Amino acid sequence: MPKVTELHVNGKTLGVDADSERSLLSVLRDDLDLTGAKYGCGEGQCGACTVLIEGTPTHSCLTQVGKVGQKKIITIEGLEQHGRLHPLQEAFLEIGAMQCAYCTAGMVMSGVALLRRTPNPSREDIVRSMEGNICRCGTYPRIIAAIQRAAATSGGAK
Amino acid sequence: MKAPLLLDSSFEAERYELHAAPVYHFDLARRDFFKVLGSGVVVLLLIEEVAAQESGGGRRRGGFGQRRPQELGAWLHIGEDGQVTVFTGKVEVGQNIRTSLTQVVAEELRVPISSIRLTMADTELTPYDAGTFGSRTTPDMAAQLRKVSATAREVLIDLAAALWQADRKSLAATSGKIVHSETKQSVGFGELTSGRKLTKTVADNTTPAVEWKVAGTPVPKIDGRDFVTGKHKYTPDVQVPGMQHGKVLRPAAFGATLASLDAKPAEAMPGVTVVRDGEFVGVTAPNEHLAAQAIAAIRAEWKTAPQISDSELFDHLKGKSADVQRSGDSIAQKPDSSEDKPPAAEHKLQQTYTVAYVAHAPLEPRAAVAEWKEDQLTVWTGTQRPFGVRSELAQAFRIPEERVRVIVPDTGSGYGGKHTGEAAVEAARLARAAQKPVKLVWTREEEFTWAYFRPAGVIEITSSVEDDGTITAWEFHNYNSGGSGIRALYHIPNQKTEFHQAHSPLRQGSYRALASTANHFARESHIDELARLVKLDPLGFRLKNLQDARLRAVLEAAAKTFGWGKNKPSPDHGFGVAGGFEKGAYVATCAEVAVDRVGGTVKVVRVVQAFECGAVLNPDHLKNQNEGAILMGMGGALFEAVRFDNGKILNPRFSRYRVPRFSDSPEIEVVLLDRKDLPSTGAGETPIVGIAPALGNAICDATGVRLRSLPMAPKALKI
Repeated sequence: MPKVTELHVNGKTLGVDADSERSLLSVLRDDLDLTGAKYGCGEGQCGACTVLIEGTPTHSCLTQVGKVGQKKIITIEGLEQHGRLHPLQEAFLEIGAMQCAYCTAGMVMSGVALLRRTPNPSREDIVRSMEGNICRCGTYPRIIAAIQRAAATSGGAK
Repeated sequence: MKAPLLLDSSFEAERYELHAAPVYHFDLARRDFFKVLGSGVVVLLLIEEVAAQESGGGRRRGGFGQRRPQELGAWLHIGEDGQVTVFTGKVEVGQNIRTSLTQVVAEELRVPISSIRLTMADTELTPYDAGTFGSRTTPDMAAQLRKVSATAREVLIDLAAALWQADRKSLAATSGKIVHSETKQSVGFGELTSGRKLTKTVADNTTPAVEWKVAGTPVPKIDGRDFVTGKHKYTPDVQVPGMQHGKVLRPAAFGATLASLDAKPAEAMPGVTVVRDGEFVGVTAPNEHLAAQAIAAIRAEWKTAPQISDSELFDHLKGKSADVQRSGDSIAQKPDSSEDKPPAAEHKLQQTYTVAYVAHAPLEPRAAVAEWKEDQLTVWTGTQRPFGVRSELAQAFRIPEERVRVIVPDTGSGYGGKHTGEAAVEAARLARAAQKPVKLVWTREEEFTWAYFRPAGVIEITSSVEDDGTITAWEFHNYNSGGSGIRALYHIPNQKTEFHQAHSPLRQGSYRALASTANHFARESHIDELARLVKLDPLGFRLKNLQDARLRAVLEAAAKTFGWGKNKPSPDHGFGVAGGFEKGAYVATCAEVAVDRVGGTVKVVRVVQAFECGAVLNPDHLKNQNEGAILMGMGGALFEAVRFDNGKILNPRFSRYRVPRFSDSPEIEVVLLDRKDLPSTGAGETPIVGIAPALGNAICDATGVRLRSLPMAPKALKI
């Protein structure tokens, strides 16, 4: 079985020894201890496993690690820079946009991808873009508010 | 015939909070008992026994002569560095009690939030606790920790008074120090307690809510940063050296038994261990992928028996319930009037309402990491009942509870769905066979199939109303879904209320607010029907028939903010209102819907919810609970239903079981009535009971069609 021996994650090249058929989610979590991305459904329906691959929000549970190649992966652990949170992480804290927070990593990653594409998203943009992420606690109104706040505080520059 | 038991709202807690028989019976040798050593920490206060406390509504548990569970013990430690550690068996599942409990300790002990650390839900470190359910954390644990902390504060003042030989009246606790008001001397708490082990019986020196400075304020979620950075370790994130990944072979249908098993292809896989113990079959492997492949390689044949399907459900529940009722296992509230003469009512109404099974679908599925060290078992698992799961494990492996430690990391929600320890027991069995630690994370499909569901039910109401809008008679029968929130909230002279237990074809159990959602849906829909019958405004009709001032207050507050009585923006829009009382808290919900008659879609446009649970501990988190409960409740109200056929779940995935998403999110306003004169009650559950009837009433307002089955619009609205 072919093996994957390295991954580019959060700006670093990390050595792994993983069967290429395994999911990226499992390799990130079990081999690299990057457990921020979560398993929620295994069918790309809940968004809890969302990571960015070359900036595109991707369901890591449905992505075979062998297909990632040299592409650059960003996980929730890679957003904080020099001790400073991403404006969307700050906004989640300020708004209190979570309850159990199991969905939060996926929400933040999907939201970051949205803000990169659309620095000043409308409510409709946010709803359309985030529709694939489930928060079973129902904090959607707060997550929408957090994305709007992050857009405002970062001046659409992210 | 046995006399019916008097209705007690605590009844259902005992009946439905959990209760599934142990799933597995393992064939293991009995082991010797040994004691776990104490943890040797400095104890400032030790609560050995605490008298039962009354909640805000004066409700008591233990309606069957049981003693209240001894769940209120608490330890509070103050380290030499002044760090305060609080131990509670309660579980954080997103309701943000880690924050609210920290607030009450900070309030009473007069220390900053940042110097308090809660150790929660670890059976080795925290005192026994029955579980985190029934909205009891605030009325019980917060009240208890307030008393503990206030007592500690007074002890610290005594110590400083002795140290300085000063009059304690000149001393006050502030910011983690005792300060002398005249000499301005001060001494830190850590210094005062250093090296000493002190115990003190708790007395009530708590600060009245009107004087709160930290409690009652919107303190942000404790450790919030760990959640937005992905640092927090939920159970599925826990890693233990040498850990293997487990999978369990699931039967082909509920109740199926193994006819034959060929596990050789799995056993031949490198690094795979296959475990068979009675009906339990599972594997362990070095990684999840291999474990899944190994389980898939096992060839099993199952013996199944025919089972009823969702199309026959409601007839089944009523039919079976009738049998149970004859055995006297029902609860009834006697009519207020002993006379049997029919009331002089102008209109009679009889209607039937139904609710489907729904799934909790917590985003963190059941999961556990189990590790045996000699005869000592440690399990990390997401459960609302760490001590209950400890008992399950002790029973399953026939070892004393002292040899089992259950640790519950702050968990990815529960909603009443995590009272049991299935994954914990399975992971421990696998770990025992593999002789290595094992992590088991249920798949979404397993969670949707092998967990338990909110009970389905049938509710029949017969009532009478006079032309002037006075409700004169009320008879309410609930089949299977439960007795929570079953009482009529209105002043009605002739009442009969009964809950009939039934045989449930699916495994059922607790769910946020239990049957209160079903009972409120039926009652508040029926009340609306009565109002329409006598052509009265649904809000005015309610106010006319109720006497409870707190219920009136929430109804009026919601109506005012909503703008009740205003004109509809278009004929396709409708307004609905519902009121409720449960777990010591009051709720009123006003909703606006927009109905597309052609497409059959219902859009929830706006929801205003007023909520009152005594003195508010954290207004922001209370709003968050209300908003979330409205959204979660919209799922069960409009489209969530577990479909099943012959022992199989037909929609065990998010692609087939629709839960509320961003696009369902309405404009929500939450109005909090902060009653500082009343004890604080819980708020995790009651905020969910108003939305379903408010939506049903709004849909009727828009269309003239009354929908009496939840979910009301599983695919398209049938109008």
